[in-house]
Amino acid sequence: MTPPDSRTTARAVPAELASACTQVALASQADAIAGRAARYLAAPASTAEAAAVLKAAADLALTVVPRGTRSRLDWGRPPSACDLIVDTSRLNSVLEHAAGDLVVSVQAGVQLADLAEVLAKAGQRLALDPPAGGTIGGVVATNAAGPLRFRYGAPRDLLIGITIVRADGTVARSGGKVVKNVAGYDLGKLFAGSYGTLGLITEATFRLHPKPAAAATLTLDCPDPQSAQAAAQAMASSPLAPSAIELDWPSAAAPLTVSVLLEGSQDSVTDRTGRMRALLEDQATARDTVSRGNAPTDSGTVLRVAFWPGQLASVLDVIRMTGADEGLDPAIGGSAAAGVLHVRLGAAAPAANVARFVDALRVGLGSPAEGADDAVRLLPSPASALVLEAPPNVRAAVDVWGPVPGLALMHAVKDQFDPEHRMSPGRFAGGI
Amino acid sequence: MDDKVVSRLTEICGADDVITDPQQLRTYECDGLTAHRCSPGLVVLPRSAEQIAAVVAECAARQVPFVARGSGTGLSGGALPRADGVLIVTAKMRRILAIDPASRRAVVEPGVTNLAVSKAAEPYGLFYAPDPSSQIVCSVGGNVAENSGGAHCLKHGFTTHHVTGLQIVTPQGELTWLGDGTGAAPGYDLVGAFTGSEGTLGIVTKIVVKLTPIPETVTTLLAAFTSMGAGGAAVSAIIGSGIVPGAIEMMDALAIEAAEAAVACRYPEGAGAVLIVELDGAEADVARETAAVREICEAEGAYEIRAARDAAERAAIWTGRKSAFAAVGRISPAYIVQDGVVPRTALPKVLDRISELSAQTGIRVANVFHAGDGNLHPLVLFDDKAAGEQEAAEELSGAILDLCIEHGGSITGEHGVGADKSRYMPKMFGADDLDTMQLLRCAFDPAGLCNPGKVFPTPRLCGEVPGVRHAPHPLVASGVIDQF
Ligand SMILES: Cc1cc2nc3c(=O)[nH]c(=O)nc-3n(C[C@H](O)[C@H](O)[C@H](O)COP(=O)(O)OP(=O)(O)OC[C@H]3O[C@@H](n4cnc5c(N)ncnc54)[C@H](O)[C@@H]3O)c2cc1C
Ligand SMILES: Cc1cc2nc3c(=O)[nH]c(=O)nc-3n(C[C@H](O)[C@H](O)[C@H](O)COP(=O)(O)OP(=O)(O)OC[C@H]3O[C@@H](n4cnc5c(N)ncnc54)[C@H](O)[C@@H]3O)c2cc1C
Repeated sequence: MTPPDSRTTARAVPAELASACTQVALASQADAIAGRAARYLAAPASTAEAAAVLKAAADLALTVVPRGTRSRLDWGRPPSACDLIVDTSRLNSVLEHAAGDLVVSVQAGVQLADLAEVLAKAGQRLALDPPAGGTIGGVVATNAAGPLRFRYGAPRDLLIGITIVRADGTVARSGGKVVKNVAGYDLGKLFAGSYGTLGLITEATFRLHPKPAAAATLTLDCPDPQSAQAAAQAMASSPLAPSAIELDWPSAAAPLTVSVLLEGSQDSVTDRTGRMRALLEDQATARDTVSRGNAPTDSGTVLRVAFWPGQLASVLDVIRMTGADEGLDPAIGGSAAAGVLHVRLGAAAPAANVARFVDALRVGLGSPAEGADDAVRLLPSPASALVLEAPPNVRAAVDVWGPVPGLALMHAVKDQFDPEHRMSPGRFAGGI
Repeated sequence: MDDKVVSRLTEICGADDVITDPQQLRTYECDGLTAHRCSPGLVVLPRSAEQIAAVVAECAARQVPFVARGSGTGLSGGALPRADGVLIVTAKMRRILAIDPASRRAVVEPGVTNLAVSKAAEPYGLFYAPDPSSQIVCSVGGNVAENSGGAHCLKHGFTTHHVTGLQIVTPQGELTWLGDGTGAAPGYDLVGAFTGSEGTLGIVTKIVVKLTPIPETVTTLLAAFTSMGAGGAAVSAIIGSGIVPGAIEMMDALAIEAAEAAVACRYPEGAGAVLIVELDGAEADVARETAAVREICEAEGAYEIRAARDAAERAAIWTGRKSAFAAVGRISPAYIVQDGVVPRTALPKVLDRISELSAQTGIRVANVFHAGDGNLHPLVLFDDKAAGEQEAAEELSGAILDLCIEHGGSITGEHGVGADKSRYMPKMFGADDLDTMQLLRCAFDPAGLCNPGKVFPTPRLCGEVPGVRHAPHPLVASGVIDQF
């Protein structure tokens, strides 16, 4: 725990908090979240202790922001207030790995990498590979996913049970420890991607998969967006069960590639790689690993663009054209066939241009190209651009979330779970 | 029903699509769980999302409860109407609005049947993966409400994994979209929260579903074992080997006997248990996995293994399994279909305990289940003419659910809580858990008008009888669908 700095030592930790948790301290400047200084820091080691902390916070009317490894704690909108940071680093036990059932229960502070090590011993894995790793709580709270999203989905798809603590300290569970279960509402879905605004996640149970013995990646150079879409589509609709289909286009002038990851037993991977290569007309080259087009690199702006996979070519065109209009040359990468791309702009990009780029991009994405399929036209807005990471000056200039479908109901959900708006206030869409 | 409501809803839907005749209303008195019955106050059969919105807005304004109904195949009384309420039936909203093969998505109306989506996608080499065995009749709207599964969900996932956008009418009567069809819309995952909410959070009016490439090859194996223990061990060994089959189904001796009597499925003689394992995927993979599964079954004591070489042989293997529920009607005057889940590794223990309970009480239990995901469907047999037998059967059926909870499982894997199992919810969840779920309900439906009294226990529902089936579901009896 960071030692309190001189500016805050004057204040003492309130007795209610101190008695709720064995590890409480005054927060330091280093604990500030997106420039927002915190007052206190608590690190509970169990759900019960976390409940006591949140109960004390409720009694003291403190705003609360959960924190994992802080790998991306600045992303999204800065919280409008942050009296208390609940740090999950002591919630770090793997509670139960039922290998025979391919199920694991963990505390929220367990790091993805540590969990992977435990599971690998039994030849299993949690099929989630968000680029930045982080804690289970952080990964679930942001519903963060990497290339494996194509085959296995996001945390919401693998989560089968969850334990949360509400803003008032009430502990609640939903789901369970079995993969098939329809009893009650699925609160795990609600908390996956809630960015700490509905409550604190303390435990999660996941469905696991066998860890593949072998893997191979094929990469295809694509002359233009149209051929990238054709490649992604051919890979995705093949019977060869790819695990990931990733696009990488570092700049307008750089080569555009689409890679496909095949996993399984050695024999199976050898067969399927051969067949995939034939399907791609022998033009693909083998690579060691799938390119991590979406790994954060510098302190620039990162957007997550989600769209219908059949719109890939037009989405790429829109990004490039909109970028050119503002004199920007973004790096584009991500799960092409799952309809999720990350668009990255360097730290040097002027804030005003980035802001206009984001606005124009949303307009462009909102109106599917001429000749687009009928299906996509039935939706009012079948694509989105969410600003994940941005330097403070850019963040101040852009609308981080953009339009969100069902926002009125989201406000209603927030008002029910956190009526005093003390959990990560202002972080979320619509000022939630 | 208030005349004003009737005339307003008639204005909205047109007289042809409103039912007021008591005789006709009675045809909607129950869903697939016939033990719960109640004639609705009024039935409307709207033809558009806008009509549903107008109907719901009218109900909301006048504080009239309303219940959605798809095809009425639900097995937990989820679509049980209210005598003082309106039943909104989606049977006239059966259009597949669009198929986008490049995005592998379809947009459908809620009344479309599950199988119709797969049929429409087939020309593009795609199908809609969730496959409840009622798929010829059940509606996609009902599937969303129940988060339905099917035999092949072991590999391909449940409804919730295949829905990326929903247009709903809120309980206040507003038409709104949840999600945007991408599966990665910004904001709370309200599509996920809505799926499986059993019609209590609003009415689905359009659904965006994901489509999946049709597997290249499918192989079906039938393995016969002398005991359930050996069959159960084979299931664990298959899962443990890292193979993920499309489906693993299991039947015990009594279920086999019933199926044999009903459809002469000619399963290997003397089997104490049969396992059906289906493998799908790329050709070479399926060949390799088939060989591996064969080996595992032999090692666990299978004395006969058959492999289907074509569609006809595959159908022959599935006949026994698919007919099992209905077939039980041949060996017993009445029965209860239970639906519970246990961790796969607990299967042997739980099955032993069920047979002990059966022996102790003298009540026969036939076991037919989705072994791959631990989803049990014990059929509790009794004679409803014999005094006390029904009560004893209900007690045993309840004891099986207790057993599931005890082993860390669930009170329902696919049939839902509905009106039937709400009283078991406090056994699986604490008061705080249920209160917290209720928050979601209150966010969507503060007035409590949308399918009230379902899922969550209320004093009003205490002491209701669990589902007693006297005969196969009419749709099963008439051969329209198989239940399994
Ligand atoms: C707004 C936002 C959007 C993101 N979107 C993506 C994405 O789309 N794809 C991607 O690959 N990565 C995304 N990330 C990065 C992703 O968060 C990290 O990979 C991972 O979450 C890091 O975990 P961590 O433990 O470092 O969490 P932190 O960086 O410490 O926290 C991340 C967020 O999760 C919340 N949080 C942390 N723990 C808990 C808990 N136990 N209960 C409740 N809330 C908690 C925090 O309050 C914060 O909002 C996003 C991050 C943020 C902040
Ligand atoms: C023979 C047989 C076999 C079955 N096999 C399976 C199986 O393998 N797997 C499985 O999971 N289930 C199975 N079921 C159960 C049932 O078929 C499913 O639950 C199915 O999804 C119900 O669909 P339905 O259209 O019949 O819905 P209904 O029974 O009409 O309604 C079910 C619930 O959904 C709600 N609802 C319906 N439409 C809407 C809508 N548009 N918006 C909001 N809520 C709505 C209703 O209010 C109700 O709560 C089986 C049933 C039978 C009779």
